[in-house]
Amino acid sequence: MSGNREQPKEIKRREFIGMTVLAAGAASVAPGILLTVAHATAEAEGASSEVRWGLLIDSNKCAESCNACVDACNRENGIDLLQRPQGQGDEMWDAQRPQWIRKVKLKDNQTGEVTNLPMMCQHCEFPPCVDVCPTAASFKRADGIVLVDRHTCIGCRYCMMACPYKARSFIHQNVEQQTLRSPRGKGCVESCNLCVHRIDAGATTTACQDACDKDGHQAILFGDLRDPESALSKALREKSSRQIRADLELNTGVRYTSL
Amino acid sequence: MKKLHYSELWCSSPRYWGGLAALTFIILLGMAAAYYMEHSGHWVTGMSNQVVWGLPHVFAIFLIVAASGALNVASIGSVFGGPLYKPLGRFSGLLAIGLLAGGLVVLLLDLGRPERLIVAITHYNFKSIFAWNIILYTGFFTIVGIYLWAMIDRKAQKFYQVTGFAAFFWRLALTTGTGSIFGFLVAREAYDAAIMAPMFIIMSFSYGLAFFIITLMSAYWWASRELGSHRLEKLKNLLGVFVGAVLYFSLVYHLTNLYITQHHGIERFILLDGGVYTVMFWLGQITIGGIIPLFMLYSPAFSDNRFAIAIASVMVLIGGFVQIYVIVIGGQAFPMNLFPGKEVVSSSFFDGVVAAYTPSLAEGVLGLAGIAIAMTLVAVGARMLKVLPESLEDPEQGTA
Repeated sequence: MSGNREQPKEIKRREFIGMTVLAAGAASVAPGILLTVAHATAEAEGASSEVRWGLLIDSNKCAESCNACVDACNRENGIDLLQRPQGQGDEMWDAQRPQWIRKVKLKDNQTGEVTNLPMMCQHCEFPPCVDVCPTAASFKRADGIVLVDRHTCIGCRYCMMACPYKARSFIHQNVEQQTLRSPRGKGCVESCNLCVHRIDAGATTTACQDACDKDGHQAILFGDLRDPESALSKALREKSSRQIRADLELNTGVRYTSL
Repeated sequence: MKKLHYSELWCSSPRYWGGLAALTFIILLGMAAAYYMEHSGHWVTGMSNQVVWGLPHVFAIFLIVAASGALNVASIGSVFGGPLYKPLGRFSGLLAIGLLAGGLVVLLLDLGRPERLIVAITHYNFKSIFAWNIILYTGFFTIVGIYLWAMIDRKAQKFYQVTGFAAFFWRLALTTGTGSIFGFLVAREAYDAAIMAPMFIIMSFSYGLAFFIITLMSAYWWASRELGSHRLEKLKNLLGVFVGAVLYFSLVYHLTNLYITQHHGIERFILLDGGVYTVMFWLGQITIGGIIPLFMLYSPAFSDNRFAIAIASVMVLIGGFVQIYVIVIGGQAFPMNLFPGKEVVSSSFFDGVVAAYTPSLAEGVLGLAGIAIAMTLVAVGARMLKVLPESLEDPEQGTA
């Protein structure tokens, strides 16, 4: 009898535990599902060829001692999380670490005029890196952003041989820490992705532009090259600009004024 | 003419097994080096984001180029009907397969992600000459394999002519593909030249034949078999023609570049003030790889000297290796001109500066292992298959 009386209790206890676990599970999973669903609706559309993302860099406004865009890029894409291998010299570290943006200072041979500018992947309309990649890991999205699929990159570095801008980096060391935004793998190649994670989430600026604006220089402008009403298109109409190595006719997505 | 008998290479144990053990040891060292580079990451090598292809690529390209050239001897026998070359065809096919395999192993083990070989096989971008090369390499193994079978097995003899022609055209396509890897790189001044593809073909003729002469002489020495002087002289003279042709193509390549103002920088770098690359070009490629061997191959003083033929062949190989080093590494070390008319004052990534590259020991060991793999395959193949005639005595006068 006592056993009979205890049984329902036992069931109740089990039910209680079961319900609790279910509730806790639902509470922790549901927001994730909702988020994924919400996210999916924003990203499911995929990249559209109606837009072409690009940058305009005003090298007159690019300050000599400023490194804000480089630092912001490193933070945004987890490049600053990479540890320098023990025993690696300064020069090798500079030659082997990823540099999605680098600052370059130039002097005109004729006039002696000094120019500063950031160099990064130029997001070409006809990217040589995409042409040469044997596995099609290097690809250009419909919206003009040139990316590397880290799942199919075999690390052959042919794209780095082909890139006229030295814009690509090979990961030479073990990756201990990385961000979800910019996954990274030893033995794969990567380069500036125009902060694609931000753009896909609806942002209208890149990390480098934000940093440049914050420091009051406003030398970098991100926008849609196809939209005649975008700030980028208007700025391009106002000032004459040029492509670096325009002779290669790659139709770059990154343009420079005052160069 | 005496009937030809082919037999497996059956040498006395210490010579053969000792040699094989030494080769295996080098291969094991190479595998350890590859593991070390892959495990630590490429930072332990001399390669960087500036010089992205290093010493392993030099070895790999050298072996791949030589592989297609090694097949020439067989092609001369079956496509061009050279009776003196025909008995050498089987060994030529085996050597070609061995050299290509050695080169590809090095290329594969130097990838950032060698474990993704399956990705390279299943994902193709047909605009990439690299992807085409993967097909060309695989096809080369298959076609030369069938060609070898057609040469060895009497039942398959009906395929001999067809596969001979197929192999000849395939090898031309293969070297065109290898040369085009560089010819298609429009951004780099050293490479952007259509002459790269035919130049690689003639380079392959030269390196391949040099490899062939050395391995043939070694095999016959190993097995204490007879190798006729007349036949060797034919090979020697042919090598001389190829070495001269490589020099000629180098001349045309540099003269063309010297005409183009935009390319004066790279020409000055290679020919005049490029430091190690200039020394390598003049001393390694031109003197050791060209002028001295030409003299040794054609001078009457060495006309009947086998040692001189062997030394000349080794020098052709050393010069060829240096030539590929200058093309691959020198071409990358020279800075790309991103801002014509402007001087780069400062850059965090060496813009406008000659890139530094010092190969690491591991890279060199991996490369040498590639050669050891090629030689092991040839040694084992020659022992298992009937590729070498029992005697290569000179045919009696009037029969050849």
